[in-house]
Amino acid sequence: MNGKYMFSLLAIFVLFLLPYVGVTAFGLKTLFGIFIPLIALTIFIIGFVRRIKGWSESPVPFRIPTTCGQQKSLTWIESSPIDNPTTKAGVVVRMILEVMLFRSLFRNLKFKRESNGILSYSWELWLWLGALAFHWAFLVTIVRHLRFFAEPIPYFVRALEFFDSFFRVEFFTDAFQVGLPGIYMSGIVLLAAAIYLLARRILLAQVRYVSLAADYFPLFLIIGIAVSGIMMRYASKVDIVGIKAFTMGLVTLNPTIPEGVGATFYVHLFFVSVLLIYFPFSKLMHMGGIFMSPTRNLTTDTRAKHYSNPWNYPVKTHTYEEYEDDYREKMIDAGLPVDKELAEVKE
Amino acid sequence: MSDLPKPDEFLTGIDHKMPQTDWMNTPTEIRKGMYCYASNYKSVEILGLPNARPWNPLEDDWKLPENWQQIIHEGFKERLDKFRSFKVFMDICVRCGACADKCHFFIGTGDPKNMPVLRAELLRSIYRNDFTTVGKILGKIGGGRKMTLDVLKEWWYYLFQCTECRRCSVFCPYGIDTAEVTIMGRELLNLIGLNIDWIATPIANCYQTGNHLGIQPHAFKDMLEFFVEDIEEITGINVDPSFNRKGADILFITPSGDVFADPGTYTCMGYMMLFHYLREKYGFDITWSTYASEGGNFGFFTSHETMKRLNSKMYAEAKRLGVKWILGGECGHMWRVINQYMDTMNGPADFLEEPVSPITGTKFENAKSTKMVHIAEFLADLIHHDKLELDPSRNDNFKVSFHDSCNPARGMGMFEEPRYVIKNVCNHFYEMPANTIREQTFCCGSGAGLNAGENMELRLAGGLPRANAVKYVHEKFGVNMLACVCAIDRAALPTSLEYWVPEVDTTGMTELVANALIMPGETKRETDLRGEPLPGMEEDDA
Ligand code: HEM
Ligand code: SF4
Ligand code: SF4
Repeated sequence: MNGKYMFSLLAIFVLFLLPYVGVTAFGLKTLFGIFIPLIALTIFIIGFVRRIKGWSESPVPFRIPTTCGQQKSLTWIESSPIDNPTTKAGVVVRMILEVMLFRSLFRNLKFKRESNGILSYSWELWLWLGALAFHWAFLVTIVRHLRFFAEPIPYFVRALEFFDSFFRVEFFTDAFQVGLPGIYMSGIVLLAAAIYLLARRILLAQVRYVSLAADYFPLFLIIGIAVSGIMMRYASKVDIVGIKAFTMGLVTLNPTIPEGVGATFYVHLFFVSVLLIYFPFSKLMHMGGIFMSPTRNLTTDTRAKHYSNPWNYPVKTHTYEEYEDDYREKMIDAGLPVDKELAEVKE
Repeated sequence: MSDLPKPDEFLTGIDHKMPQTDWMNTPTEIRKGMYCYASNYKSVEILGLPNARPWNPLEDDWKLPENWQQIIHEGFKERLDKFRSFKVFMDICVRCGACADKCHFFIGTGDPKNMPVLRAELLRSIYRNDFTTVGKILGKIGGGRKMTLDVLKEWWYYLFQCTECRRCSVFCPYGIDTAEVTIMGRELLNLIGLNIDWIATPIANCYQTGNHLGIQPHAFKDMLEFFVEDIEEITGINVDPSFNRKGADILFITPSGDVFADPGTYTCMGYMMLFHYLREKYGFDITWSTYASEGGNFGFFTSHETMKRLNSKMYAEAKRLGVKWILGGECGHMWRVINQYMDTMNGPADFLEEPVSPITGTKFENAKSTKMVHIAEFLADLIHHDKLELDPSRNDNFKVSFHDSCNPARGMGMFEEPRYVIKNVCNHFYEMPANTIREQTFCCGSGAGLNAGENMELRLAGGLPRANAVKYVHEKFGVNMLACVCAIDRAALPTSLEYWVPEVDTTGMTELVANALIMPGETKRETDLRGEPLPGMEEDDA
């Protein structure tokens, strides 16, 4: 048993009980339906902005990009404009590939010691695949949720929904769909990928060893969000029209508590609120940080252009004059040129 | 090396199993063979760095200043405010583990605290506790801990088990560079006088005499003149290097290690032969300096400030001598400093000219501002313009592979230039497996100041992944010579290879060039620069 994930699991359980008991036993619908979500959103926005601001306040004194390709030097040597970008455009492409496709993670290797004593490194794509599925599914899910916050439902949201559920026809057998409303791939993929990432964290000894409670917590939370969401859709069938009226009320700042919406909804909403509050104070800020990483977002033309360091300051050096004073006689004896002859300094 | 196990036992003895106890609760034992001796207080004094005193890492009392915790805390804060890299890297690691098995020290020791992510967590845990509200509230379960003497010792032990090679940063999805974290950690340690002697003394020497080895000006000249004799013996030609000469076109700066120890010395002879050749043929005008007689910069392994103090000599000397630009020799971390720091720290060097090769007329646009060109770039350009008369068959006894040194690889991206040069002076060239070269290259295992004698077990462990890839090409293609463009490599690889793959030797790029270079008026060469018979000359020996 590992105390760290037990701690996180327990935390999630408590976080589940709060809205469940709160709403079913005490009828705290306004609290869980209106106040907490609004407070959470506020904390998220302020917290996120403050973190980004905090990072930007620290300067980038030196340009330290990690060069992952051939430098631009002699004209006849082909350089890597993306992995060793000398131009802003190159950096932009490099960053897009990092953010959208997790390019560095794509390089991942797994090291193994073969029986003959040779160390081998094989390409290991599962983490990349799982991470990519997880994040894209998350994004699609968020965009799909815009249907609750805009009237009429924007075209791109409808298009996305169409493709998201359309793929289902291709991937799932007929038997699977019987009696179900259109399945959204994204929800299922999100859940599956989150479970994979969690399993990996628990099962791989190395990853387990470096993990903190703070690494299990967001995964459990997101799994909680996905499960409660999927349950509403396929099991406890909530009143979509009622929810939409409620969410539109929230965004128009004229909230009303819907009738006939079960506890699952409050649990779902509360989990999302917790995620929003947790986000700015946690490693989830990698979402902002990845854009500010100096090993990735800088050009590599450090020898071609002068860049300055805002806090550069003069330092104590051992000057040539001091050096010559130290060794003048020896230098003259050895026939090395000197700036001042012995006679000049003897006075 | 007598108390080390045999290579086979060493290899099978590496255990990558994770301990039962959580890393925060696993005490650090400073083990012989894995750590470097404490800095000599005299060296620390010369540099005017804090807390100079004799101390011993194995003793309980490290003779720290009374308020060391406060110094570390304030130093930490200062660096968070000065370096965005540090702040962002403290905040955004998701502990995905992608970097874990990318570090040569983890592969070679199996010690979990050598996983880059945990090395960084050593500092991050303090960061959480000291600088984040949530970390303070949650305490241990939030991954925070208080700065104690044990934590400090753990920092010292593991921050000097990182060669700042940046391999981890290639694989991290956010580019988190544990080398950067190590750099900051070592700066903090230096604030309370915790350095190692293999770094502190070379820096003190470099500061005082101009080079790591403390070679005084007359002795430096003597040593090079010694090579002049060797070269004359082999080629019949008297190369005539000049020193501290005002008005030369170009200043040459290379690591002093090459002046001092084999096999770097052969590379040094190579430079001298090359410059002589170019002078005879094209009137090339270059000078050495005894004041700036060190390209390497161990200040980089101490603090940004110390790096700047040592680096300043390059531009100062170029200015004093009135040269047009600077040519830099083969060295790893020297080139990271030049490529990513020098211009910003000590530039702009507007008293120099934009570098142009006086022989080919090539403008080195990529070095327009720094005004410093790498010898591999310079050589590749010469060869490309057919300016060197070469006989690659003189290197036919060598089956060569190329080791990308960490810094020119991941802090510069110089992959093709040295390969182009080597392939033009050698007939037999073989690459190591793709995921062990170029940006994924493995460290020699002794960089960033860890090339001492007392930490031999650590060095061999760290050198294992590189040596293992060499062994692979040795067995597959018969590779017997590993070329590199780094003076630390030339000091470190022979030791590591002698242990892991004794059949393979180490050489610099320019040594191979000089072997192949047909000097005008030379006598028929019978041996290479090492005095070994050239191919086909073996019988003449008898
Ligand atoms: C620009 C946007 C983002 C990018 C580029 C990004 C990228 C990444 C990458 C590369 C990883 C490492 C691979 C992995 O462990 O899965 C990761 C991990 C993670 N991300 Fe994101 N991310 C982004 C936004 C988000 C958001 C909005 C969330 C959700 C709240 C999130 C949640 C997570 C979690 C929980 C992990 C850890 C997974 C684990 O424990 O293995 N990310 N992210
Ligand atoms: S690869 Fe990067 S994010 Fe992942 S554990 Fe290592 S440092 Fe952290
Ligand atoms: S910089 Fe190199 S030595 Fe240091 S942690 Fe990263 S991989 Fe290991």
